[in-house]
Amino acid sequence: MINFQYLRTTSAKSALVLLQKGKNSKFLAGGTNLIDLMKRGVTAPERLIDINHVPLKQIELIGTKIHIGAMATNSAVADHALIKEKLPLLSWALQAGASAQLRNVATVGGNMMQRTRCGYFYDTEMPCNKREAGSGCGAIDGFNRMHAIFGTSEKCIAVHPSDMCIALVALDAEVVLLNSKGERKILFKDFHRLAGDTPQLDNNLRPDEMIVRVEIPLNNLAKNSYYLKVRDRASYAFALVSVAAGLELLNNKIVNVRLAMGGVAHKPWRLTTAEEFLKGKDATTENFEQAAKLSMTDAKGFGENNFKLKLAPNTIIEALNLAKSKA
Amino acid sequence: MQSSDNKKNSGDSRRDFLKKSSLITAIALTPSVAMKAAESQADERFAELFEKIPLNVTVNNKAYKAFIEPRVTLLDYLREELHLTGTKKGCDHGQCGACTVHVDGERINSCLSLAVMNEGKKITTIEGLANGEELHPMQQAFIKHDGFQCGYCTSGQIMSAVACVREGHTNSRAEISEYMSGNICRCGAYPNIVDAIVEVKEGGMKV
Repeated sequence: MINFQYLRTTSAKSALVLLQKGKNSKFLAGGTNLIDLMKRGVTAPERLIDINHVPLKQIELIGTKIHIGAMATNSAVADHALIKEKLPLLSWALQAGASAQLRNVATVGGNMMQRTRCGYFYDTEMPCNKREAGSGCGAIDGFNRMHAIFGTSEKCIAVHPSDMCIALVALDAEVVLLNSKGERKILFKDFHRLAGDTPQLDNNLRPDEMIVRVEIPLNNLAKNSYYLKVRDRASYAFALVSVAAGLELLNNKIVNVRLAMGGVAHKPWRLTTAEEFLKGKDATTENFEQAAKLSMTDAKGFGENNFKLKLAPNTIIEALNLAKSKA
Repeated sequence: MQSSDNKKNSGDSRRDFLKKSSLITAIALTPSVAMKAAESQADERFAELFEKIPLNVTVNNKAYKAFIEPRVTLLDYLREELHLTGTKKGCDHGQCGACTVHVDGERINSCLSLAVMNEGKKITTIEGLANGEELHPMQQAFIKHDGFQCGYCTSGQIMSAVACVREGHTNSRAEISEYMSGNICRCGAYPNIVDAIVEVKEGGMKV
């Protein structure tokens, strides 16, 4: 690992001041992705600002929203009684991600900031537009079994590997960002980016900002929610496809529905067309099949990942059926 | 950190050589700025490139003070500086769990944590589990159920298993497997490892 300057602070305010003092600085939270990337020579920040002592670990209900601090660990959120009761979808998604050891360290903010990535991004001998602008994409005509089928660009077809973020985008979460002038709030669905012509950018966080918390409005989906993750082994693997499904049912009629998919795009992929189709309809397998079909309209395979064109709609149908049968 | 691996030193074992080379480095770098930072009460600590900074940790109930480069992982600090080589380096990328230790009671991958991130923390390694000559119940159970073959993953498995019982994620064999998935055993001793954990859980022993 190339050496770096290490700074440590106990307040968000001073963290932002330190961030402004030098170029190529990064915040260090749990470090489970960043340190790994530094060890492999994929990234080499000149300064790390350790924010582990910044008090942003709260998990609390304020009014009609649950606030989760950016430094709350994945395991703390997943195991929290409030989250299990009100937002079980988030708890299950977190439990489906990484390993127990990683979840004890990885934070909510860090989970959001983990790189959208693939094997070519990690292999510094290979071309990758995300790692080195203009060097090309090794995956498009290469090994692309794990790669995206939605919103792809000619520059990059990597997927965002988070499970937590799939649940958060489905739950209409908002992200609160802080800079020296104050806070701004954006929708979670607008936090991450598609690759487009700028695959080096994974999200819309500005260079002078830090994530301070996410806010999730309460909902009536808890009873009929399911996070279904399909992967190569039973645990501790990235999703081939995952689906976060939440239903609010009244006499088997769909009053409200949330659907989001992971493992298929450069960002957490919300299935709004399918949601609109399902609203007001009966919760039947036929309607779920139709919704899944509508979700796949713009999907595109790249060879090895063509199987996702079939796996994705099947996973949507299965997740909806499992969410429905939970009641 | 890595350069010493490449040098040939035929007279010494690799570990002896590493011990000597780290001693030379410690003398060469006088940590004056770091000393000042340690003495002051400022909440911002500052390390210039290649400068060692102070670290205070408690490992297996023993307090340690060190000066260390910020890029040194907790795993390398434990193994190369404290010579607690029971904690193993497997993949060094958080994928295998061989490096699992407890920090303030929670299991983590020590390979993905910088030592300096653990300032003021209490760390337990496999060396800290036994009570003198008396093995920890989980160590006993691993022996009884043959929870290993080559043994390389075992210290990580045992540290993870103890945490798994303490967390209460042992309500079924399936739940144990799920919560032990961060520890890879290439010999495939998984069923025996689960047997060991079930016994400790059902025995109700204090872990």
